[in-house]
Amino acid sequence: MVILPELVLLTGALAFFVISLSKTPDRNVAKFTALFFGFATFAAACLSFQSQATLFYGAYAVDQYSQLFKVLIGFSVALLLVAGQNLKGIDDHVRPEYYMFLLLSVLGLMMLVSSVELIAIFTSLELSSFALYLLVPMRDDRTGIRVQMEAGMKYILFGVMATGFMLYGMSYLFGLTGTTYLKDIIVFLSKGNLQPAVVVAVLMTLSGFFYKLAVFPMHFWVPDIYQGASNETTAFIATIPKFGAVALLIRFLTVPTGYSPFLVELLAVVAICSMFYGNLCALVQKDIKRMLGFSGIAHAGFVILGLMTMKGEGYGLAIYYIAGYVLMNLACFLVISNVSQEGENLRIEDFNGLYQRQPVLAFILAVGLFALAGIPPFVGFMAKFMVLTSALQADHLLLVCLAAINTAIAIYYYLSVVKAAYTADPAGHPTVVVHPTIQVTGIALVIAIVLMGALPAKFVDFAGTVVQVLL
Amino acid sequence: MDLLLIKEGFPLLTFLIFLPLAGAVVLLFYHGEAFARLWTLIVTSLTAVFSLLLISGFNSASSKYQFAEAYDWIPRFHINYIVGIDGISILLVLLTTFIMPFCVLASWKYIKTRVAPFMFCLLIMETAMIGVFVALDFILFYIFWEFMLIPMYLLIAIWGGPRKVYASIKFFLYTLAGSVLLLVAIIALYLKTGSFFIPEMMWQEYSLTFQVLVFLAFFLAFAIKVPMFPFHTWLPAAHVEAPTAGSVILASVLLKMGTYGLLRFCLPITPDATMLLATPILWLSIAGIIYGGFTALAQQDMKKLIAYSSVGHMGFVTLGIFVLNSRGIEGSILQMINHGVTTGALFLCVGMIYERTHSRELAVAAGVGKYMPWFVSFLAVFALSSFAFPGTNSFIGEFLVLAGTFEHNTILALAAIPGAVLAAAYMLRMLQKIVWGGIANPDQSYLADLDVREIVILAPFLFFVFWIGLAPQPFIDLMHTSVSHLLDQLNYWQHHHQVATVLWR
Repeated sequence: MVILPELVLLTGALAFFVISLSKTPDRNVAKFTALFFGFATFAAACLSFQSQATLFYGAYAVDQYSQLFKVLIGFSVALLLVAGQNLKGIDDHVRPEYYMFLLLSVLGLMMLVSSVELIAIFTSLELSSFALYLLVPMRDDRTGIRVQMEAGMKYILFGVMATGFMLYGMSYLFGLTGTTYLKDIIVFLSKGNLQPAVVVAVLMTLSGFFYKLAVFPMHFWVPDIYQGASNETTAFIATIPKFGAVALLIRFLTVPTGYSPFLVELLAVVAICSMFYGNLCALVQKDIKRMLGFSGIAHAGFVILGLMTMKGEGYGLAIYYIAGYVLMNLACFLVISNVSQEGENLRIEDFNGLYQRQPVLAFILAVGLFALAGIPPFVGFMAKFMVLTSALQADHLLLVCLAAINTAIAIYYYLSVVKAAYTADPAGHPTVVVHPTIQVTGIALVIAIVLMGALPAKFVDFAGTVVQVLL
Repeated sequence: MDLLLIKEGFPLLTFLIFLPLAGAVVLLFYHGEAFARLWTLIVTSLTAVFSLLLISGFNSASSKYQFAEAYDWIPRFHINYIVGIDGISILLVLLTTFIMPFCVLASWKYIKTRVAPFMFCLLIMETAMIGVFVALDFILFYIFWEFMLIPMYLLIAIWGGPRKVYASIKFFLYTLAGSVLLLVAIIALYLKTGSFFIPEMMWQEYSLTFQVLVFLAFFLAFAIKVPMFPFHTWLPAAHVEAPTAGSVILASVLLKMGTYGLLRFCLPITPDATMLLATPILWLSIAGIIYGGFTALAQQDMKKLIAYSSVGHMGFVTLGIFVLNSRGIEGSILQMINHGVTTGALFLCVGMIYERTHSRELAVAAGVGKYMPWFVSFLAVFALSSFAFPGTNSFIGEFLVLAGTFEHNTILALAAIPGAVLAAAYMLRMLQKIVWGGIANPDQSYLADLDVREIVILAPFLFFVFWIGLAPQPFIDLMHTSVSHLLDQLNYWQHHHQVATVLWR
């Protein structure tokens, strides 16, 4: 019961392994099995929400903190699988493998949020990452120049490099404290055994997760991989792994370093650079996925702004922010995956006149983008507002002003897509036919975006209390 | 919370805010064209009728916020759902609710495509506008304030004229960019006072630097919305491209949000900064009046002409606010209403011409007086009202503002006079062209005069032009207590403040 969601995912992965053994795997079998396991994961995460346990010699903690993340991950996976059910960019004969690796990657993330020991953290992160690296080159070779291979190579090389940084940092932590258990590390360090090397160790470990979250100096993989991967894969890369990154960033930020003002300043610089870099680059993008990739870098900056306060409240807000961000991004990618006729990449002008071609999708896209831009009453605004409040509470006036200016920059590129969808002439673009389940999922996402924005109190309070477990 | 007169029983303000929203939700499910028109008309009229209850229940002898409702919303951040109205906002709420049915009527034939989404946007817009005027929690205010951009953007971007894309994006970017720092200022105020309740932020001891910074953030947001002189460039573009209903909403209600913000927030929250920076703002207002007048004089496009005249008229409003005396402020509130009535009506008139000739050029509309006598009679009255002809509504407003300005500073008042003359010049020029034209008028014989629907639309505006023009007392009574309360507090503050500086020396 305690690790039910993990077991469900593992079963799912094995089931797909069996399906993949058949010579001609049936497209519908793969699709419905995937949908089944998506919802089963969500249900399992909800069922085990209240459970608490410490497993595997203390390396694996099932507590409110990890279970909150598991529910969020399970929910997003279920939505993602519905939204990308057609899997247009993937060849039929590799679909079972695709789903297998997808579920394994999610399994890695679920394990990651529960891991409280360095080796466990490392193995679950690698499980999640390597499965993900394999999803990128599985796209069919439509361009003839194998961009998906290039993207896959870049992803794995950069990823391994970031992991190298992280391992190096972890080795320092182990060397300095003599233990690999986070709890013992924290206890040991808070007794005053602090050295400058601790800051280096923590920073290097953090940079591994900065890579996942795509924060400024570790962001450079984003545009090419987003563009090279199929739409459905990008939807996954852009959303669910961010939960794991935030969960672990919070865990590592609670490690006392003795130089927390320095760390805060560094995070501040990183946050501002992310925002400006992401937003300014997004302004000139023509490809929608690249644009959303850069916007993701900017949003990562906002998450760091919440983390930077180094307090339980700020951490809670970071969780709220990332949950909102995933919802908004899922809404956008749901539209992208379904507007794309055969899984090709979409330029912004491909959304021309979407309002006439498929009004429901246009509405979902508009809500998703306005929410990303931070217009009330959507979740993007509330999250931004709360993060700014907590940053100003910590006396970072300049930072808050710069972040506010960034929202004004960002609106331009979000608006340009809405403009294409609502005002441009649809000439030359075919109408879009989508399955009603996709429309319903999209509307559910819209409702979730509005509700989370209008009534955030419960979620923020809960996330805030859950984080107290770590402090 | 003793500033609030909590309304027991029926939550009227909440009802007014959310009735249009509920109406909009219905339109999501039924989108027949005829149904959408009729339904929106019913919903907006119902809102207007219910808003009359505000007048009957309003105690104009009290300076408290009335019809107030307060509920917890996000306790962790001390954000509450608090709404209420006082003498400053009641007229603006009524203006909003009463303009909307006429916007629907004006779009009856004008909007031919995507009728249901258009009406949907109008209803959402109404919710946001009423929300802005009644919100007493700063976050609630900000949510309505920002959210309004989306329906307004869509109104211009989808149903607008040829350059709608440019105009709508300019409108959106300009207003959004202006209000991002407003959010920072709101958060800063919250951290000083520990509450987002607007009246609790007023008349607090902030340091002068803090006040100036907050004031500048406020001013940027509100001055863009008004729009004041150097920030006005989005307005002509948006006005010209918007559909008639959009122009009317923009002119009658949206611009008032800027001046409402200046009056409601700048003055009581940052009094020292207001007094410190009043002079340059007054001169900016003068610049707006003169500039708007001269530019309007040169326009060939009727909508542009009226848009620039709006810049001038709103200059009078800001002038009245920042002279900081009772005549000035009452005049400027009245002038807000007048501008809403008169300019709204003028845009409706232009819309009616446009529906017939499909052009907004003055040259194309030259000499229609012969064939559309009803139309030009209405137009003439509204044009007279626009340049403050005695007996019409704007005369009272501008007179009060100028009287207040003379009280404040004679040179300033003298500088505003040419603006009034210019207004007469450009309005009479427009009237002359449209009614008589010249020797080479285009053939207008195909034009039909106003039908009953159009007369029904314009007649109430005519009624208000003369009602406010001939008997403004009931309107001034409504706002008087609140305005004098505001000024009393300001005087007390000024006195108190001077004592403090004397002691300090």
